[in-house]
Amino acid sequence: MEKKVIILNDQGLHARPAGILVKAASQFKSAVEIKTDKKAANAKSLMSVMGLGLVKGSEITISATGEDEVTALETLVTLINSKFA
Amino acid sequence: MSSLLLLKGISAAPGLAMAPALVIDTRPLIISKKVITLSDVATEWNRLEDAISKSQHELSEIMEKTKQQVGEDEAAIFQAHIMLVSDPELIDKTKNEIKDNLVNAEYAFQKVSLEFIAMFDAMDDEYMRERALDVKDISKRVLRHLLNVQEADLSNLSEEVVLVGYDLTPSQIATMDKSKVVALITEIGGKTSHTAIMANSLEIAAVVGIKDVAAQIKSGDLLVVDGNSGEVIRSPDDSAIKKFNRQREHYQATIKSYESFKGVASKTPDGKLVKLLANVASLDELKTAIRNDAEGIGLFRTEFLYMNRLNSPSEEEQFQIYRQVLEQMKNRPVTIRTIDIGGDKEVEYLHLKKELNPFLGVRAIRLCMQRPELFITQLRAMFRASIYGKLKIMFPMISSLDELLEVKLIVERVKEELTQEKIKFDSQVAIGIMIEIPSAAIISDILAKHVDFFSIGTNDLIQYVVAVDRLNENLEYLYNPYNPAVLRLINLVIANAHKEGIEVGMCGSVAGKEEMIPLLLGMDLTEFSMSAGQILPARKIISSTNYKDAKKMASYVLSLSQAKEIETYLHHSQATSDLSSNLSPNLSPT
Repeated sequence: MEKKVIILNDQGLHARPAGILVKAASQFKSAVEIKTDKKAANAKSLMSVMGLGLVKGSEITISATGEDEVTALETLVTLINSKFA
Repeated sequence: MSSLLLLKGISAAPGLAMAPALVIDTRPLIISKKVITLSDVATEWNRLEDAISKSQHELSEIMEKTKQQVGEDEAAIFQAHIMLVSDPELIDKTKNEIKDNLVNAEYAFQKVSLEFIAMFDAMDDEYMRERALDVKDISKRVLRHLLNVQEADLSNLSEEVVLVGYDLTPSQIATMDKSKVVALITEIGGKTSHTAIMANSLEIAAVVGIKDVAAQIKSGDLLVVDGNSGEVIRSPDDSAIKKFNRQREHYQATIKSYESFKGVASKTPDGKLVKLLANVASLDELKTAIRNDAEGIGLFRTEFLYMNRLNSPSEEEQFQIYRQVLEQMKNRPVTIRTIDIGGDKEVEYLHLKKELNPFLGVRAIRLCMQRPELFITQLRAMFRASIYGKLKIMFPMISSLDELLEVKLIVERVKEELTQEKIKFDSQVAIGIMIEIPSAAIISDILAKHVDFFSIGTNDLIQYVVAVDRLNENLEYLYNPYNPAVLRLINLVIANAHKEGIEVGMCGSVAGKEEMIPLLLGMDLTEFSMSAGQILPARKIISSTNYKDAKKMASYVLSLSQAKEIETYLHHSQATSDLSSNLSPNLSPT
């Protein structure tokens, strides 16, 4: 399952927010991916996530596949919408 | 246990020391490609996982230590490093590389991390480009574990050590635990490499140019280091240790004999007064300078403030440091030199272009003119600090009057800016230049009309006059202050300075060389700036050298035509004056 979100925080996915996102994704068993129109990244990999170069306003699709996909997706979407607060 | 072995290197900083070796590998790691068989894949995967887990462990320790000793914010970078080193993509890709292409773990890991580094490097965002540095850093850590190369945390050592490396970077020396490092040994570098310069300032022994050092010395080997002769004894036996103890006693007695030269003027028996100043690069070294009774700071190198960090120091940060230096020197003159970055001093975050001949490239003032924002920030910090002591500002690598005038224009602009902002500064700050490029030396009569002082930088002047890279060990025989061409230029610069009535000093290694001091005195040099540890020995020499003899000596030396002759003559003069100690030395030529 997947969902579209927009990055809202000013710094985009720089080290700190990217780290928080990766940490959050890593606690789930499901495979989690972040996709842009050009690239896709393993959401559990800080390097890949930072490599997407996401800035404020970037539109991404988050997808999760696995036994805990529902909670995984929900957690990550909430995190991004809350600007990683 | 290794057995006794005598190693011969080049003496780079005086002193005698004995302690176990701590070998740190600063060579770029050499990763060779090895083809493996399918049955080795599991072993290589295990080696990779082992190296990753060791790296994670090491990083957690550094993070904890940083948290306790520095602060939470500073520790955050290591949290990011732990995540990077544990990155599933990095690990999976490496494992696939090992399995699919049947190569060894280090080769595979290097290849994959280089891909990530290239990815960050190519990004538009400055911040993201800097992440390439983080990936480089963690990748080096993992590779080190794969290759079993130790890296020590130099900032916090538990016992005294002799630091041994292929090369030591200025930032490594700057961050090491100075209370525990008793000597430095490197494979590359000559008498004026940074290892030598910094060891002299820190007053610890240093020997450079020991061939194949990593093969000869292992961490834990007991070493006797003689920085005066350039000899190193590995695993000394009882008699060698006894001899060392005797020598050390004698050496310490000599050092003690200099104590009586503290607090007295640097004056020749016939009344000629000169100034002996110190070269420093940090607040640590400033203490050493004060302890050795420096009459001022002849050269404060600021480039080290820019090294070993992720971005340039702010105006405020620099202001605080310059202010402390000026305050601690209590109205004794302090010459602060604007950054000399480029050449052999690299600063990664400035993204300087790689050059074929960095010593002839965009370095020092040339870099400042291309990056005015760097220059102006530094000048503002200096002028703001100027009200706290007696500041002199010096510009390195000036090669023409046009360049000097352009620099002075920027100085005037900065002063106007500060006036408009109603920020106080000393409007009388002396402005001077380094004379280290032959073109500047040749037109020093012209340049002298536009500045308040000259400081002759012999380390670079020699390399540019003789066309010898001063880091090239194979050409050390040509890199030589006794070269008559070098001496004539120095003499010319001093004479031109006096003609215009401006101050003239010297801040290169030559100024502190014992056999050169009488000669320079005779050439009418008035300010000698050197490593702190050389000041008292220099004062002893000045105190026993008659100025009129030094004048005769200078005119005789300037009439000689070969470096060899001059060197022999100067060493001979020094030896005879040592023997006659308190008697007036007979310096007249025979």
